[in-house]
Amino acid sequence: MANTTKSKGITQLKNPWLAGLARFLGLFVLVFIFFALLLWAFGKNPFKAYADIFLNTLGSSYGFSETLVKMIPLILTALATAVPSRIWLINVGGEGQLHIGAIFATWGALTFSSLPILILLPLIAALGFLGGGLWAMVPGILRARGLVSETISTLLSNYVAILLVSFLVFGPWKDPESANYPQTAEFVEAATLPAFGGTRVHLGILFVMAALFIFHFILSRTRWGLELRAMGVNMEAARRSGIPVTRYVVLLMFIGGGLAGLAGMCEVSAIQGRLRPSLSPGYGYMGFLISWMAGGNPWGIVAAAFLLAIVTAGGDILQMTQGVTGSVVNILMALILFVVLARRGRRAGGK
Amino acid sequence: MIESILGSLLIGSIHSGTPLLYATLGEVFDERAGIVNLGLEGVMLMGAVAGFITTVQTGNAALGILAAALAGGLFNLFFGFLVITRKANQLASGLAMMFCGVGLSALVGARFIGSKIQGLNEIRLPFLSDLPFLGRVLFNHDLLVYMALPLAFLVWWVFFFTRWGLSLRAVGENPTAAFAAGKNPQVLQYQALFIAGLLAGIAGAHLSLALAKTWSEWMTAGRGFIAVALVIFSKWHPLWAVVGALLFGGAIALQLQLQALGVPISSFLLDMLPYLLSLGVLAIWGRSRRHAAPASLGQVFRGTE
Repeated sequence: MANTTKSKGITQLKNPWLAGLARFLGLFVLVFIFFALLLWAFGKNPFKAYADIFLNTLGSSYGFSETLVKMIPLILTALATAVPSRIWLINVGGEGQLHIGAIFATWGALTFSSLPILILLPLIAALGFLGGGLWAMVPGILRARGLVSETISTLLSNYVAILLVSFLVFGPWKDPESANYPQTAEFVEAATLPAFGGTRVHLGILFVMAALFIFHFILSRTRWGLELRAMGVNMEAARRSGIPVTRYVVLLMFIGGGLAGLAGMCEVSAIQGRLRPSLSPGYGYMGFLISWMAGGNPWGIVAAAFLLAIVTAGGDILQMTQGVTGSVVNILMALILFVVLARRGRRAGGK
Repeated sequence: MIESILGSLLIGSIHSGTPLLYATLGEVFDERAGIVNLGLEGVMLMGAVAGFITTVQTGNAALGILAAALAGGLFNLFFGFLVITRKANQLASGLAMMFCGVGLSALVGARFIGSKIQGLNEIRLPFLSDLPFLGRVLFNHDLLVYMALPLAFLVWWVFFFTRWGLSLRAVGENPTAAFAAGKNPQVLQYQALFIAGLLAGIAGAHLSLALAKTWSEWMTAGRGFIAVALVIFSKWHPLWAVVGALLFGGAIALQLQLQALGVPISSFLLDMLPYLLSLGVLAIWGRSRRHAAPASLGQVFRGTE
């Protein structure tokens, strides 16, 4: 977001740029110290906590692969926000779109389980995309008609989507064989995204690369991307110069939602192997924040997703090694965001 | 039979609607000052956990409410620091505050999971509580329920009949004009955010002290977001907020009632009601709603920089 102001800011700050960076990094150090003090205040050993987090995410090749595993849904949901944000649409519904994508993919995986892998996998990926896309299209249409702001409608539809997953796995789709667990039957081999030797890093990473590449390429190298940029600057002017604004609003919401849906498909197919209510620890919301931190820049998205992937993976680790609830890392994530928010606000204005 | 079902439904909607009303009134303060607060969920959680812990430690639910309000107010002041002083993006700051509240309340409350409290008990009013039907439905509640309706009127009075309320609304509509008229928009916004935090904190306390009487992680379960929707539903008006909160509380209560009656419908589908209801209403009200929104909502006042 705020591309114009950003580039202006960098030229202005050419000299103090390094000083600014140093101050920024200093703030991050403060964040980590503050979080350490907080853990210490609640009787945990902060040194061991950080050692656990970093050794288990960056310290070993397996740990690093687990960070990559988290980056897949984070980047896809970040793009789910970044794509519509090109024309100032605010999609806070990545979480719900992810869940609906997972539902569509699960339906495909359970219904067509006898198909060969080369047909079934693309099919459920497409279904996942379609599910998330359609779910996001509704707020898009409501917005295009000037009825409901997409911010509030995507936010509310998250809850509907999450409840829909619970309804399905507790009810009609519940696997009779997994007695008390609310989950569907396990996916067949042909519906499982293959992982790379010994890790959980799965083929979904190709979706991520393709999505990032297309996002970058279309926006910077095509006429279409330019049209979007023109719209982003002034929607009313674009409308008058004959750009079909309404169609773009719906289309970009569809693509954004589709990418989040794809993230949902990856999670059920490669990570969970079935549909469960505990599908996502808030990937959709984190994706929104990542896209925002990165200002919609593809490289920034990768970097911010990497950072938050470490934090998210760190939550799982702390839960195991320190016996604290995993949501404690939400504090660390929030602190990092506060630093970025407080600085960005000064530089580029609020919107 | 009918009377008892109707009665339970009404009681249920009052119970479930009360925390929604407090939170919604809080968000009305936020938004009348021109600030969208998606972090309400986090503020409520901080209130819920602070209230619960204080009540466990002191055995006094009134102190619990006080602590909850203060925790919410202070937490929201920090949100104010981000969006007012640092001029940060409001939506992103709100979501970050939500994550912060979820994490912090989980960390602080971990030791108190499973603790038992007396909590806020029903207060019976002389004479009124003995009325047939009405006494049971309207006059057998805890303190926070009794205070909710007068509070809504108080907020209404503050907004529309006091100088401070007028100034605050002016800031929400056009901070530059308010500034030119000699008001300090930032001070007014901080004041509004503090009050909003107090109210959202009390909303959280009502959940943990009166309804659940326990603490559990993320016990607000999206009520903060419902409150954000309710503000739009009620057109930023504190008295419409009462109607909205009762309606949404009713949707929650209906779901509990149907379950109790053994109606074979999934509770998860019924849980969707409040969200679908808000979406439906927002879509139907559509454009007419636009004029009701504070004009500078979501924008940053950059003052004289």
